[in-house]
Parts: sequence; structure tokens; C-alpha cells
Amino acid sequence: MTTPAIIVTNLTKTFPTGPKKRMTALDAVSLTIDKGSCLAVVGESGSGKTTLARIIVGLETPDSGEVAVNGEPVAPRANRKELRRRARDIQMVFQDPQSSLNRRLPVRVAVDEVLRAHADLSGPARRERCAELFTLVGLETRFMDALPSELSGGQKQRVAIARALAANPSVIVLDESVAALDVTVQAQILELLAELRVSQGLTYLFITHDLSVVQMIADQVVVMRKGSIVERGTTTEVLTAPQHPYTRLLLACAPRPGWKPQRGMIAKLREEIAS
Amino acid sequence: MKQFAERMGTLGLIACGIILVVVLGALLAPIIAPYDPTIGSVTQRYQGMSAEHWFGTDQAGRDIFSRLVWGARSSLTGPLIVVVITAIFGTGIALTAVWFGGFVDSALSRLLDLLFAFPNLLLAMLAIAVFGPSLTTAALALAVAYIPYSARVVRSMAMRERNLPYIRSPELQGISGAVITVRHLLPNVAPLIVTGATINFGFAMIELAALSFLGLGVQPPEADWGLMVSNGQQSLLNGYPAESVLAGLSIVITVAAVGYVGERLGGRAAAGRKA
Repeated sequence: MTTPAIIVTNLTKTFPTGPKKRMTALDAVSLTIDKGSCLAVVGESGSGKTTLARIIVGLETPDSGEVAVNGEPVAPRANRKELRRRARDIQMVFQDPQSSLNRRLPVRVAVDEVLRAHADLSGPARRERCAELFTLVGLETRFMDALPSELSGGQKQRVAIARALAANPSVIVLDESVAALDVTVQAQILELLAELRVSQGLTYLFITHDLSVVQMIADQVVVMRKGSIVERGTTTEVLTAPQHPYTRLLLACAPRPGWKPQRGMIAKLREEIAS
Repeated sequence: MKQFAERMGTLGLIACGIILVVVLGALLAPIIAPYDPTIGSVTQRYQGMSAEHWFGTDQAGRDIFSRLVWGARSSLTGPLIVVVITAIFGTGIALTAVWFGGFVDSALSRLLDLLFAFPNLLLAMLAIAVFGPSLTTAALALAVAYIPYSARVVRSMAMRERNLPYIRSPELQGISGAVITVRHLLPNVAPLIVTGATINFGFAMIELAALSFLGLGVQPPEADWGLMVSNGQQSLLNGYPAESVLAGLSIVITVAAVGYVGERLGGRAAAGRKA
């Protein structure tokens, strides 16, 4: 058996919420992601899913627990050298395409600086690679010298994906990466991500609250609530035969065509979770 | 250019015109001023307005118009020194604090609070007591006193930008903080720095005039607007208000013009952020 792309063991993280008070964002979370698969982490706001992503990429330091990428443990407190090393394995695409790019520089710069940091290429070679990456994410190369304000949200998110691909990572963490886009653009980006996963041999950790997105892209699902994993399984299992009442609640609350709010049912499920 | 005119509006363009006239007057003083501003004649004391002396003469028989034109030099260079030094150090401190955060941020913020607690003019007077009265001393001391104002404003905006993905993403690539700060953070807070500088310019001009008025800034017989207001006090009581009134008006008009242009530029910066 091959080594999993990511192994997270007993990750715990708390944040101070006031004097001598701490909120537990992650409570002994463990999970593995197999190479080439897509794991979706779902849960409501505050369930700790974003904190998990931020620890894995190195934006946040865990209180305890370990993260291993491609079988190698990563240092919990990341310095610059460590971040650079980790960035070659794992990259992140953020939620908001608007603030993901410096609005005063041509979008090409975002990709170019990643190439500069990780690849030993000359100026013209970098430009060429940059053009390749733009084509790869379905953007015409004429957009390279455009400012972010000249691009649509979907196009900006494509640039952000190109930036993530520039370092040739094996894992990409997508933190609500399609949540800020409208549904048609969402579908296009998800399609692109699915293609790239196969063509580039990528592994995804997909943070989302949107169950329709999960259905479209993920093989495995982890459901988080209040910093703990309450349910895990394949996408079909979790979406069709949810075991935990919280998962059932999430499914019951997900808007879909013909959906009507079922007040009594949600209250009942809430009670069930509380007990 | 057309865009600039639109942003400024009619009043703004008038203000720009006033600033231009004052700056040109200062630059071309030797050509414009009909008389030497420091040499008067006892026989020419307290002349009224005439073709020979446009704004009359002061109690030492010096041509008031010439003194106003020459006075523009020190009245503008003083605030300029203050504003440039303030912007450089204020921004430097703010961006350092924001980049490192945590302890560095707290330490620098407390240092600024300490400076805040000192009244500007008192700090300037203290420096003058130590180093002797001159425009340079007064301007440098005021610059130090203004640093916390500039730093605090820039820090609060930079703090918001710090967590946005366009800053976080290159950070995750292991790109150095200095590069990210100069390439991404600085250009995005620059409009605020410019606006802050124009506002500080007005304050600095008034406070430097006050110091000159008190005899702690520009020294007689040099021409300076603040000094002229002070110099004209006696004449004012004797029924010759021209010197004090005209110098005072020059200060008020220039400060108002710079302030208005700054406000317009600030509005522009805010509008640019939304786009």
C-alpha cells in the first residue's frame, strides 16, 4: 500500500477567547487522505474545518498533534525555510477570489513569484511556464498582464489555482474555494479541479459547507462538529445513509430544488444531537 | 489627467491652483519678489498699498509682498520635511509591527503610545531648548511628534490587509517578509499614506508657524509667514494690520487648499478600494 498523502494525528488547537478562557477549535482530530483522492471536510461555521486546513498548510500552529505530508512529518512551528519546503508538497486556494490577488499588480505576478521561489528558471522561461499554467487552468494568455479588476471572480479563482499549481505540489487544500462564486461558475471551476486532479495527479482536501459541491467532487467525506469528527465515509455512504444525527441535520438543512424548511424535523434532530 | 480633474471637482482644482501658485512663488522668489525681504529702509516704514509696494511695508520699512513670497519658502519646506520624515518612519514602524505581529507589534505600539502622550509643541520646544531655535530643529522635532499619528493609521489598515490571501499566499511560499511587504502591502496602503501626509502637512504648517511666532522656529530677519504674523503684532496695534493679516491669510489659504486636496485624494483612495 502506498503512503497516504496526508496523515493528521490527534490534532488539537485552542484559541483564547478572553482572559483565562479558551475555545477548542480542534479536539484530537485524526484523518488520512489517500494519494489521488479528494476528501471533503464539511460542517457548519465554527466546526473547526478551516482551522484544520490552516494548520495543514502551516498558517496556524497546533497545540498538539502531528501532520505528515507524503509520509514526512512537518514541523509544527513553521519558519520560512520550512514553509518553502512544505509549499512544494502542499498548496492552498483561498475562499475569496477578490482578495486573493494584489489589486495593484498584473495577475501574472502572483504566479511568477511562486515560480521564482520554487523553480530555478530565467525570466523568459518563467514567463513561458506562466503562460503554460494559465492555459492549464483555462485562461487565455492575454489575461496574464491584466489587473485583477479586469477579471471576473471565476477568472480570478483560476489564477489562484494556477498559482497553487506553480510549485508542482502533490496536495492542494481548497478552503471554500468555490463558495464565493455563483453556481454556473462554481460548476466550471469544479470541473476544472476534477480535470486537474487526474491530469496532474493531485490530492485534494476540500473544505466546504456545501453538500452539493461535496457530491460533485469528493470521494471521501469527513463531517466535523465543534472541533471533532462526527462521521466519516465515502461520499455515497455519507450522503445517502448518514449515521450521525448531525450529518442528517446538515442534509436536512441543505437547500435543493423542491426543498421546504421542515421545522419540526430540524428541532428533533437538534435534540437528538444534544442527547 | 481628466480622471484627476473629475476626482478633484471644481473646488479641488481651485485648491490645486492655489498650491501651484504658492509653490511657484516659493521656487521663483528671487525673480518675483521686487525687493530684498530682509533689508528695509527707515524712511519707508508703514507704507500703505501702492504701485511701488503692493502690500505696503512693515515697521522696518521692508516690502511685505517680497517677504510673503520669500516666506513661502520656509513656510513650505518646514512642513515638507515634517511630512516626508513622518511618512517614512511612520510607515516603516507600522509595516514592521504588522508583519511580525505579536510581541513586536505590542512593543512598537506601546512605544507609539508613549510618544502620543507628549504634546507635539511641547516636544518641539524641548528639542529647541536643547539644540537651539531653528527651522530644522523645529521641523525634526515635530516630525518625531507626528510619527505615531501616521504609524497608527497605516498600521490599522495594514493589519486588515495582512490576513488577506494575497499577502498570506506568498507568505506560505516562504517568500521573505520584506519582499511581500514592499511588493504587496506597501502599494495597497500607499493611498492612505499620501492622504495622511497631506493632512499632516496642514497641521505641521500651523504648528511650525506657531513656533516661529513664538520665536522658536525661523529666526529674524528671515522671512516666514509665522514670523510675520508675530512681527506684525505691534503694527496691528498701531493701526497697520497688513503684515499680520496677509501672512495669516497665506497660512490659512494654503492649509485649507492642501487639506482639501488631501481629502479628495483620500476619497479617491477609498473609492479605489471598493473597485
